[in-house]
Amino acid sequence: MAFAYTPGLRVADVADIAKTRRLPLKGEVLVKEGDIVKAETIVARTELPGNVKMFNIANMLGVPPSDIPELLLKKEGEAIEANEPLAQSKGLFGKYFKSTVKSPIKGVFESFNEITGQAVLREPPIPVEIDGYVNGKIKEVLPGEGVVVETHCSFVQGIFGIGGEVRGELKMVCSTPKEEITADKITDDCKGKIIIGGSYISYAVLKKAITAGVNGIVVGGFDDQDLKDLLGFDLGVAITGHEKFGLTLILTEGFGKMTMAEGTFDLLSQRAGMIASVNGATQIRAGVMRPEIVVSLPADARSAQTSTKQAGAMDIGSSIRCIRSPYFGMIGKVSVLPPELQVVDSEAKVRVLEVEFKDGKKFIVPRANVELIEG
Amino acid sequence: MAAERIQTILATDCGSTTTKSILIEYSEEDGRYRLARRGEAPTTVEAPAEDVTMGVLNAVGEIEDLAGRSFLKEDGSGVNVRKNGSGDGTDLYISTSSAGGGLQMTVAGVVKSMTGESAQRAALGAGAIVMDIVASNDRRLPHEKVEDIRRLRPDMILLSGGIDGGTIDHVVELAEIVRAADPKPRFGVGFKLPVIFAGNKNAAGAVKEELGSTVELKIVDNLRPVLERENLGPARDLIHELFMEHVMAQAPGYAHLMEWTGHFVDGKWKNVPIMPTPGAVGKLIERVARMEGIHVMGVDIGGATTDVFSVFDSGGEPVFNRTVSANLGMSYSISNVLASAGMDNVMRWVPFHVDEADLRNRIRNKMIRPTTIPQELEELIIEQAIAREALRLALVQHKDLATGLKGIAQERSIGDAFDQTQTGATLVNMMDLDLLIGSGGVLSHAPRRSQTALMLIDSFLPEGVTMLAVDSIFMMPHLGVLSEVHPQAAVDVFNNDCLIKLGDCIAPSGSFKKAAHLATVSMVMPDGKTVEEKIIPGEMKHILLGSGEKAKAVITPIKGIDVGNGPGEIWEGELEGGVIGLIFDGRGRHPFNLPTEDSERVNKLQVWSQTLDSYPERFLTMGGGK
Repeated sequence: MAFAYTPGLRVADVADIAKTRRLPLKGEVLVKEGDIVKAETIVARTELPGNVKMFNIANMLGVPPSDIPELLLKKEGEAIEANEPLAQSKGLFGKYFKSTVKSPIKGVFESFNEITGQAVLREPPIPVEIDGYVNGKIKEVLPGEGVVVETHCSFVQGIFGIGGEVRGELKMVCSTPKEEITADKITDDCKGKIIIGGSYISYAVLKKAITAGVNGIVVGGFDDQDLKDLLGFDLGVAITGHEKFGLTLILTEGFGKMTMAEGTFDLLSQRAGMIASVNGATQIRAGVMRPEIVVSLPADARSAQTSTKQAGAMDIGSSIRCIRSPYFGMIGKVSVLPPELQVVDSEAKVRVLEVEFKDGKKFIVPRANVELIEG
Repeated sequence: MAAERIQTILATDCGSTTTKSILIEYSEEDGRYRLARRGEAPTTVEAPAEDVTMGVLNAVGEIEDLAGRSFLKEDGSGVNVRKNGSGDGTDLYISTSSAGGGLQMTVAGVVKSMTGESAQRAALGAGAIVMDIVASNDRRLPHEKVEDIRRLRPDMILLSGGIDGGTIDHVVELAEIVRAADPKPRFGVGFKLPVIFAGNKNAAGAVKEELGSTVELKIVDNLRPVLERENLGPARDLIHELFMEHVMAQAPGYAHLMEWTGHFVDGKWKNVPIMPTPGAVGKLIERVARMEGIHVMGVDIGGATTDVFSVFDSGGEPVFNRTVSANLGMSYSISNVLASAGMDNVMRWVPFHVDEADLRNRIRNKMIRPTTIPQELEELIIEQAIAREALRLALVQHKDLATGLKGIAQERSIGDAFDQTQTGATLVNMMDLDLLIGSGGVLSHAPRRSQTALMLIDSFLPEGVTMLAVDSIFMMPHLGVLSEVHPQAAVDVFNNDCLIKLGDCIAPSGSFKKAAHLATVSMVMPDGKTVEEKIIPGEMKHILLGSGEKAKAVITPIKGIDVGNGPGEIWEGELEGGVIGLIFDGRGRHPFNLPTEDSERVNKLQVWSQTLDSYPERFLTMGGGK
């Protein structure tokens, strides 16, 4: 078995991607299989149960819980208005000094517990709608749950992102993957767009982009200290996507100044001027989720080149990219896949491969520190 | 195939980052089971593979490469478990797993520090990550508790509360909160969330009525039937059972893997359930403590979590405790170590100067590419610095939870008048600790064993005389589950191939003002020579004493310093060596002294590392040299 499995990120010139658009709770699907949808089309809708208010009626009336049912003015499941009486004590001689408990919210009187004296009141449901996210065709309807939208597109995965789903026209602001996004590149016409940079963006420039109304930024690297300043805290576990700071940021390579991979930069350059759907949501744990850039294409678009990085079997001759120092970002071909463990600079004994870089030089690299690319 | 005829055993552990495989074979020559081969591959629960079995096939494939034999079915559809002990394949295949984020639970109890903590201990002992403890007195408003349950989306809820015959109201109130939250499981829309009730037996009916059919309710014996006693077993067993049925079966690829594990007994297939990794390690640690009659601590530092296990006495009985620090780990959670410990605490262990911004980026890059490993020495040293803080924080959390029962009446005699300890004090006493076992990639795979020893000492700060050991290639999980199926094979491999003794660490504890030395150690070495050494404040010393070798020793501490028998008291006994030998640690305990001045700190770290020969000499010139 002369191959090894290695994970990688996808950069596809042309691909058919299926995006599952699922409601958080069961609801109504508004489209049917085969329908053509736009990114903005609402495909499903539901209502989230309203927030719950626990309300101890027995305590408020100063009556044992078991006596409460006969004092209730509302039945379980009945609608209630804010300040509407829910229960009333019998008072003195059934007439004087009656105490009334009023509902603090509008909603439904959901239940009452005779042991605890607690009533559960629920606020009105919260409507939730989900859109298609990408232009495409409904491939599958998940009854009551959502849909699967298939799109013919260019597809790029980043390594880390923050911010949720946004859309906009792709605009190149750097001419090479090595170039940094500097303040002078953030111009008025960046408003509402997804700007593509090269190797790095600083916090100051990012802030300028937010002010300028940029929808999203795709760039090679960003400093961790700047991330802390942007979020206001040190990100502990990488679960992102819900941040609201004005735009969505996607890093294609990592933290620090990092030249964007040529394949990624070239592909995004070719797609400049087209509308992209972008999502910064990242979850780096089991069931990993990476940020993505999806550019829907006409149905007849064919691949001009193949530059797909993806998981699979690695063999002699496979093209790889190093993803950790000292060779970070360098591209080469696997020349030897020794089965035995070998000692590297750190003195660790690990599974390695020999890589031949473009200049013909050969080096030993841990297998764990490379990703596969096609080409 | 009957257990006694098993010749070949294949075991895998699917971690959150790496899937490890080992091959165990019966050696006719040695007359016992031995570790034959090991392999590993990245775990594949994530896209695009989204199937844990791919990582298993790759890890077993590595063993095939090395052994030159086949263990997989010809079409690659699984592990080939043979029926009759001949030909290709293995006689037994077993597996553990912590991939898929492990088991994530919310627990509930009436009083947070009493039934709440008991429920937490039950869940942790079963191998779960406890995401939240809901209690009647946790100071959150009911709607906040409801929101938290919804937001966290636990895999399972353990509901406890009330001793038998005690409160019913509060228990039902907790059930009300669970019902109002109407939680949905992470995996599989349409499945009902498993909820275990292990509280006041008199409240079971009311709880059932409250929760009705909204959840998958299971009722077991109360985990705190009386204040003075915990009964965690039934709840733990049920958690494990439901984990297999409801959680693991839904995770990517597990349905297949669950069918692969097992062996043939008298020609009939017998399935061996997959065990959560921490549950398997815990079983092994408990077994060691019981067999040897000693106090043991074990730590398993993984990519996402760090588990600490301990067996210490409480009321004269050995008590097993396990805690999981859910967000302390060396890959997925590495940034959280930095966030929790703070940059200064991490930097203090790096024996050269490093730019903070650069260090932050390096750590973050490890987090986003969690399966990469340090190729350069400098990166290895930085990762080991982070590991020290992850281990230190995990121990702090363990001490907080491994306590005696809180809120119980204590009998005191006149002799206790000057020793009025509170209930619920930690059971962890580093001076009583006999054996400290390190496990997990960063400890097991450290290029030099002395690096492992230093990481364990720096983070756990053992006191008195403590044997340090390491799980040689991180196979305690495999052996934990094997001990359930084939105890003899597990014991053979544990003693001969798994546990590597590093040597005794001797660390005097106690405060002192100025002293030329903290203790004098007089030893009769195996060759009969008498050696006398002094433990000097702020210094470490290394004495060669090989594996299995022992030296008769008398340790005489100065006034106020404790080496095991109390302040100023002489300690007599045998010191045991190991692959490192004896380590005398004069850096102090209570307090442990690390210089605060930067250049002095770097200098000390370099000297200590050189004493133990932890790194190649070139580390002295890193970060621009001294």
